[in-house]
Amino acid sequence: MKRLALLLALAAAPLRADSDLPSASWANQQLPDQRQEAAAQALMEELRCLVCQGQSIADSDAELAGDMRALVRQRIAAGEKPDEVRDWLTDRYGDWVSYRPPVEPLTWPLWLAPLLMLAAGALLLRKRFRGRG
Amino acid sequence: MSRLVRFAPLLILLLFVAVVAWRLLAPEDTKIRSRMTGRPVPAFVLAPATGGVSGLSSTDFATGQPRLVNVFASWCVPCIAEAPLLMEIKRRGIPINAIAVRDKPADVAEFLQSHGNPFDRIGADPESRVQIALGSSGVPETFIVDGQGVIRYQHMGPIEPGDVPLILREWEKAR
Repeated sequence: MKRLALLLALAAAPLRADSDLPSASWANQQLPDQRQEAAAQALMEELRCLVCQGQSIADSDAELAGDMRALVRQRIAAGEKPDEVRDWLTDRYGDWVSYRPPVEPLTWPLWLAPLLMLAAGALLLRKRFRGRG
Repeated sequence: MSRLVRFAPLLILLLFVAVVAWRLLAPEDTKIRSRMTGRPVPAFVLAPATGGVSGLSSTDFATGQPRLVNVFASWCVPCIAEAPLLMEIKRRGIPINAIAVRDKPADVAEFLQSHGNPFDRIGADPESRVQIALGSSGVPETFIVDGQGVIRYQHMGPIEPGDVPLILREWEKAR
Protein backbone atom coordinates (compact mmCIF):
# COMPACT_ATOMS: atom_id res chain seq x y z
CA MET A 1 0.00 0.00 0.00
CA LYS A 2 2.79 2.36 0.97
CA ARG A 3 4.67 1.46 -2.17
CA LEU A 4 1.62 2.13 -4.29
CA ALA A 5 1.14 5.52 -2.66
CA LEU A 6 4.76 6.37 -3.35
CA LEU A 7 4.42 5.28 -7.00
CA LEU A 8 1.28 7.39 -7.37
CA ALA A 9 2.99 10.38 -5.79
CA LEU A 10 5.91 10.04 -8.19
CA ALA A 11 3.62 9.71 -11.22
CA ALA A 12 1.35 12.61 -10.25
CA ALA A 13 1.70 15.68 -12.44
CA PRO A 14 2.11 18.95 -10.55
CA LEU A 15 -0.71 21.46 -10.90
CA ARG A 16 -0.06 23.84 -13.73
CA ALA A 17 0.95 27.25 -12.46
CA ASP A 18 2.24 28.71 -15.69
CA SER A 19 0.63 29.76 -18.93
CA ASP A 20 1.01 27.98 -22.26
CA LEU A 21 2.13 31.10 -24.07
CA PRO A 22 5.73 31.38 -25.26
CA SER A 23 7.86 34.01 -23.52
CA ALA A 24 7.48 37.61 -24.68
CA SER A 25 9.73 38.88 -27.43
CA TRP A 26 13.01 40.13 -25.90
CA ALA A 27 12.39 38.27 -22.63
CA ASN A 28 15.21 35.82 -23.38
CA GLN A 29 16.85 37.44 -26.37
CA GLN A 30 19.61 40.02 -26.38
CA LEU A 31 19.18 43.38 -28.04
CA PRO A 32 21.22 43.73 -31.26
CA ASP A 33 22.84 46.93 -29.97
CA GLN A 34 25.58 45.85 -27.54
CA ARG A 35 25.52 49.07 -25.52
CA GLN A 36 21.76 48.94 -25.07
CA GLU A 37 21.91 45.27 -24.11
CA ALA A 38 24.59 45.98 -21.51
CA ALA A 39 22.47 48.79 -20.02
CA ALA A 40 19.37 46.58 -20.00
CA GLN A 41 21.27 43.67 -18.44
CA ALA A 42 22.70 45.88 -15.69
CA LEU A 43 19.23 47.20 -14.90
CA MET A 44 17.63 43.72 -14.93
CA GLU A 45 20.14 42.57 -12.34
CA GLU A 46 18.99 45.38 -10.05
CA LEU A 47 15.26 44.80 -10.42
CA ARG A 48 13.52 42.41 -8.11
CA CYS A 49 11.22 39.65 -9.33
CA LEU A 50 7.69 40.04 -7.97
CA VAL A 51 7.09 36.30 -7.92
CA CYS A 52 10.38 34.81 -6.71
CA GLN A 53 11.02 37.65 -4.27
CA GLY A 54 14.73 37.63 -3.56
CA GLN A 55 15.78 36.91 -7.13
CA SER A 56 16.48 39.56 -9.72
CA ILE A 57 14.41 39.49 -12.90
CA ALA A 58 17.66 38.61 -14.72
CA ASP A 59 17.90 35.40 -12.67
CA SER A 60 14.26 34.46 -12.24
CA ASP A 61 12.46 31.93 -14.42
CA ALA A 62 9.01 33.24 -13.45
CA GLU A 63 6.87 34.28 -16.41
CA LEU A 64 6.24 37.71 -14.92
CA ALA A 65 10.02 38.19 -14.63
CA GLY A 66 10.29 37.30 -18.34
CA ASP A 67 7.65 39.86 -19.17
CA MET A 68 9.48 42.43 -17.06
CA ARG A 69 12.74 41.67 -18.91
CA ALA A 70 10.87 42.18 -22.18
CA LEU A 71 9.53 45.49 -20.87
CA VAL A 72 13.02 46.64 -19.81
CA ARG A 73 14.59 45.70 -23.17
CA GLN A 74 11.73 47.24 -25.20
CA ARG A 75 11.95 50.51 -23.29
CA ILE A 76 15.74 50.69 -23.45
CA ALA A 77 15.60 49.90 -27.19
CA ALA A 78 13.08 52.72 -27.59
CA GLY A 79 15.66 55.10 -26.17
CA GLU A 80 14.67 55.35 -22.50
CA LYS A 81 17.38 55.73 -19.88
CA PRO A 82 17.74 52.85 -17.37
CA ASP A 83 16.85 55.19 -14.52
CA GLU A 84 13.63 56.21 -16.28
CA VAL A 85 12.62 52.55 -16.60
CA ARG A 86 13.48 51.95 -12.94
CA ASP A 87 11.46 55.00 -11.90
CA TRP A 88 8.50 53.81 -13.97
CA LEU A 89 8.56 50.51 -12.07
CA THR A 90 9.13 51.97 -8.58
CA ASP A 91 6.24 54.31 -9.35
CA ARG A 92 4.06 51.17 -9.49
CA TYR A 93 5.63 48.76 -7.02
CA GLY A 94 7.53 51.07 -4.67
CA ASP A 95 11.25 51.05 -3.88
CA TRP A 96 10.86 47.40 -3.07
CA VAL A 97 11.17 46.46 -6.75
CA SER A 98 14.68 47.92 -7.00
CA TYR A 99 17.74 46.42 -5.35
CA ARG A 100 19.35 49.85 -5.21
CA PRO A 101 17.84 51.63 -2.22
CA PRO A 102 17.41 55.40 -2.60
CA VAL A 103 19.21 57.71 -0.16
CA GLU A 104 16.45 59.05 2.09
CA PRO A 105 16.00 59.47 5.87
CA LEU A 106 14.67 55.92 6.23
CA THR A 107 17.72 54.41 4.51
CA TRP A 108 20.39 56.69 5.99
CA PRO A 109 21.44 54.02 8.54
CA LEU A 110 21.93 51.60 5.66
CA TRP A 111 24.30 53.97 3.85
CA LEU A 112 25.96 55.24 7.02
CA ALA A 113 26.58 51.84 8.63
CA PRO A 114 29.65 50.92 6.51
CA LEU A 115 31.24 54.32 7.23
CA LEU A 116 30.56 53.99 10.97
CA MET A 117 32.01 50.47 10.96
CA LEU A 118 35.15 51.69 9.19
CA ALA A 119 35.48 54.53 11.68
CA ALA A 120 35.06 52.14 14.61
CA GLY A 121 37.69 49.84 13.06
CA ALA A 122 40.10 52.73 12.62
CA LEU A 123 39.57 53.74 16.24
CA LEU A 124 40.25 50.21 17.47
CA LEU A 125 43.42 49.98 15.39
CA ARG A 126 44.65 53.29 16.70
CA LYS A 127 44.14 52.16 20.28
CA ARG A 128 46.09 48.99 19.59
CA PHE A 129 49.06 50.72 17.99
CA ARG A 130 49.10 53.36 20.70
CA GLY A 131 49.18 50.67 23.35
CA ARG A 132 52.21 49.01 21.74
CA GLY A 133 54.10 52.20 21.11
CA MET B 1 35.36 40.80 34.81
CA SER B 2 32.03 41.98 36.00
CA ARG B 3 29.11 39.61 36.13
CA LEU B 4 27.13 41.46 33.49
CA VAL B 5 29.92 41.28 30.92
CA ARG B 6 30.29 37.56 31.52
CA PHE B 7 26.63 36.99 30.74
CA ALA B 8 26.53 39.34 27.77
CA PRO B 9 27.03 36.60 25.11
CA LEU B 10 24.18 34.58 26.61
CA LEU B 11 21.94 37.63 26.65
CA ILE B 12 22.78 38.38 23.03
CA LEU B 13 22.01 34.76 22.12
CA LEU B 14 18.66 34.92 23.92
CA LEU B 15 17.81 38.17 22.19
CA PHE B 16 18.70 36.63 18.83
CA VAL B 17 16.56 33.54 19.52
CA ALA B 18 13.67 35.76 20.61
CA VAL B 19 13.83 37.84 17.41
CA VAL B 20 14.00 34.71 15.24
CA ALA B 21 11.11 33.09 17.11
CA TRP B 22 9.01 36.26 16.79
CA ARG B 23 9.65 36.45 13.03
CA LEU B 24 8.88 32.74 12.58
CA LEU B 25 5.61 33.05 14.50
CA ALA B 26 4.53 36.25 12.74
CA PRO B 27 5.93 36.00 9.21
CA GLU B 28 6.27 39.14 7.18
CA ASP B 29 3.52 40.04 4.73
CA THR B 30 5.17 39.42 1.37
CA LYS B 31 2.45 41.07 -0.70
CA ILE B 32 3.71 43.89 -2.86
CA ARG B 33 0.86 46.38 -3.03
CA SER B 34 0.30 48.51 -6.09
CA ARG B 35 1.16 52.19 -5.76
CA MET B 36 -1.51 52.94 -8.35
CA THR B 37 -4.30 53.01 -5.76
CA GLY B 38 -5.65 56.57 -5.68
CA ARG B 39 -4.43 57.27 -9.22
CA PRO B 40 -6.16 57.08 -12.61
CA VAL B 41 -6.05 53.83 -14.57
CA PRO B 42 -3.00 54.02 -16.88
CA ALA B 43 -3.84 54.40 -20.58
CA PHE B 44 -4.12 51.08 -22.40
CA VAL B 45 -6.07 49.31 -25.14
CA LEU B 46 -6.50 45.54 -25.04
CA ALA B 47 -8.00 43.34 -27.75
CA PRO B 48 -10.84 40.94 -26.83
CA ALA B 49 -9.47 37.89 -24.99
CA THR B 50 -11.71 35.49 -26.91
CA GLY B 51 -14.52 35.40 -29.46
CA GLY B 52 -17.85 36.96 -28.49
CA VAL B 53 -16.50 39.28 -25.78
CA SER B 54 -15.50 42.96 -25.97
CA GLY B 55 -11.93 44.09 -25.47
CA LEU B 56 -10.97 46.45 -22.67
CA SER B 57 -9.37 49.86 -22.72
CA SER B 58 -8.71 52.51 -20.10
CA THR B 59 -11.47 54.68 -21.59
CA ASP B 60 -14.05 52.07 -20.56
CA PHE B 61 -13.77 53.15 -16.94
CA ALA B 62 -14.83 56.79 -16.62
CA THR B 63 -18.50 55.88 -17.00
CA GLY B 64 -19.77 57.41 -13.77
CA GLN B 65 -20.18 54.05 -12.07
CA PRO B 66 -17.48 52.17 -10.18
CA ARG B 67 -16.54 48.74 -11.45
CA LEU B 68 -14.33 45.83 -10.60
CA VAL B 69 -11.39 44.79 -12.76
CA ASN B 70 -10.43 41.19 -12.25
CA VAL B 71 -6.90 40.25 -13.34
CA PHE B 72 -7.12 36.52 -14.03
CA ALA B 73 -5.92 33.69 -16.26
CA SER B 74 -7.37 30.38 -17.36
CA TRP B 75 -4.15 28.65 -16.22
CA CYS B 76 -4.47 30.06 -12.70
CA VAL B 77 -5.90 27.58 -10.22
CA PRO B 78 -7.02 30.06 -7.50
CA CYS B 79 -8.93 31.91 -10.26
CA ILE B 80 -11.20 28.86 -10.53
CA ALA B 81 -11.82 29.06 -6.79
CA GLU B 82 -12.91 32.69 -6.91
CA ALA B 83 -15.04 32.34 -10.08
CA PRO B 84 -18.32 31.53 -8.25
CA LEU B 85 -17.76 34.49 -5.92
CA LEU B 86 -17.33 36.84 -8.88
CA MET B 87 -20.62 35.46 -10.23
CA GLU B 88 -22.17 36.25 -6.84
CA ILE B 89 -20.77 39.80 -6.88
CA LYS B 90 -22.06 40.28 -10.44
CA ARG B 91 -25.47 39.01 -9.35
CA ARG B 92 -25.58 41.83 -6.81
CA GLY B 93 -25.43 44.29 -9.68
CA ILE B 94 -21.75 45.18 -9.64
CA PRO B 95 -20.21 45.46 -13.11
CA ILE B 96 -16.95 43.56 -13.59
CA ASN B 97 -14.32 43.94 -16.30
CA ALA B 98 -11.44 41.55 -16.70
CA ILE B 99 -7.90 41.28 -17.96
CA ALA B 100 -6.77 37.82 -19.08
CA VAL B 101 -3.03 37.55 -18.50
CA ARG B 102 -0.87 35.45 -20.88
CA ASP B 103 -3.86 33.54 -22.15
CA LYS B 104 -5.09 31.86 -25.33
CA PRO B 105 -8.54 32.64 -26.77
CA ALA B 106 -9.56 28.97 -26.75
CA ASP B 107 -8.47 28.54 -23.12
CA VAL B 108 -10.35 31.69 -22.03
CA ALA B 109 -13.48 30.42 -23.83
CA GLU B 110 -13.19 27.07 -22.06
CA PHE B 111 -12.67 28.77 -18.70
CA LEU B 112 -15.81 30.91 -19.16
CA GLN B 113 -17.73 27.85 -20.33
CA SER B 114 -16.84 25.84 -17.21
CA HIS B 115 -16.82 28.55 -14.56
CA GLY B 116 -19.28 31.16 -15.82
CA ASN B 117 -18.77 34.61 -17.30
CA PRO B 118 -19.45 37.51 -14.91
CA PHE B 119 -17.43 39.91 -17.10
CA ASP B 120 -18.75 42.80 -19.24
CA ARG B 121 -15.43 43.05 -21.07
CA ILE B 122 -12.29 40.91 -21.18
CA GLY B 123 -9.05 42.30 -22.56
CA ALA B 124 -6.13 40.05 -23.53
CA ASP B 125 -2.78 40.94 -21.96
CA PRO B 126 -0.39 38.43 -23.57
CA GLU B 127 2.84 40.00 -22.26
CA SER B 128 1.50 41.12 -18.85
CA ARG B 129 2.04 44.75 -19.90
CA VAL B 130 -1.18 46.15 -18.50
CA GLN B 131 -0.81 43.97 -15.43
CA ILE B 132 2.59 45.57 -14.75
CA ALA B 133 1.27 49.06 -15.60
CA LEU B 134 -1.40 48.53 -12.93
CA GLY B 135 1.22 47.51 -10.38
CA SER B 136 -0.32 44.07 -10.07
CA SER B 137 2.10 41.31 -9.11
CA GLY B 138 0.15 38.15 -9.81
CA VAL B 139 -3.12 36.44 -10.62
CA PRO B 140 -5.76 36.70 -9.41
CA GLU B 141 -6.07 40.28 -8.31
CA THR B 142 -9.09 42.54 -8.29
CA PHE B 143 -9.10 46.32 -8.49
CA ILE B 144 -12.02 48.63 -7.84
CA VAL B 145 -12.08 51.62 -10.19
CA ASP B 146 -14.45 54.50 -9.46
CA GLY B 147 -16.71 56.28 -11.97
CA GLN B 148 -13.98 58.80 -12.80
CA GLY B 149 -11.53 56.04 -13.72
CA VAL B 150 -9.47 56.32 -10.52
CA ILE B 151 -8.25 53.11 -8.87
CA ARG B 152 -9.69 52.95 -5.36
CA TYR B 153 -8.88 49.52 -4.04
CA GLN B 154 -6.70 46.51 -4.73
CA HIS B 155 -7.51 42.99 -3.57
CA MET B 156 -4.56 40.62 -3.88
CA GLY B 157 -5.07 36.89 -4.29
CA PRO B 158 -8.36 35.07 -4.78
CA ILE B 159 -11.57 36.56 -3.39
CA GLU B 160 -12.64 34.17 -0.65
CA PRO B 161 -16.20 33.85 0.71
CA GLY B 162 -15.28 36.03 3.69
CA ASP B 163 -13.98 38.76 1.37
CA VAL B 164 -17.27 39.41 -0.44
CA PRO B 165 -18.69 41.87 2.14
CA LEU B 166 -15.37 43.76 2.06
CA ILE B 167 -15.47 44.00 -1.74
CA LEU B 168 -19.10 45.19 -1.62
CA ARG B 169 -18.19 47.79 0.99
CA GLU B 170 -15.22 49.08 -0.99
CA TRP B 171 -17.39 49.25 -4.11
CA GLU B 172 -20.00 51.29 -2.19
CA LYS B 173 -17.20 53.59 -0.95
CA ALA B 174 -16.08 54.17 -4.54
CA ARG B 175 -19.56 55.40 -5.58
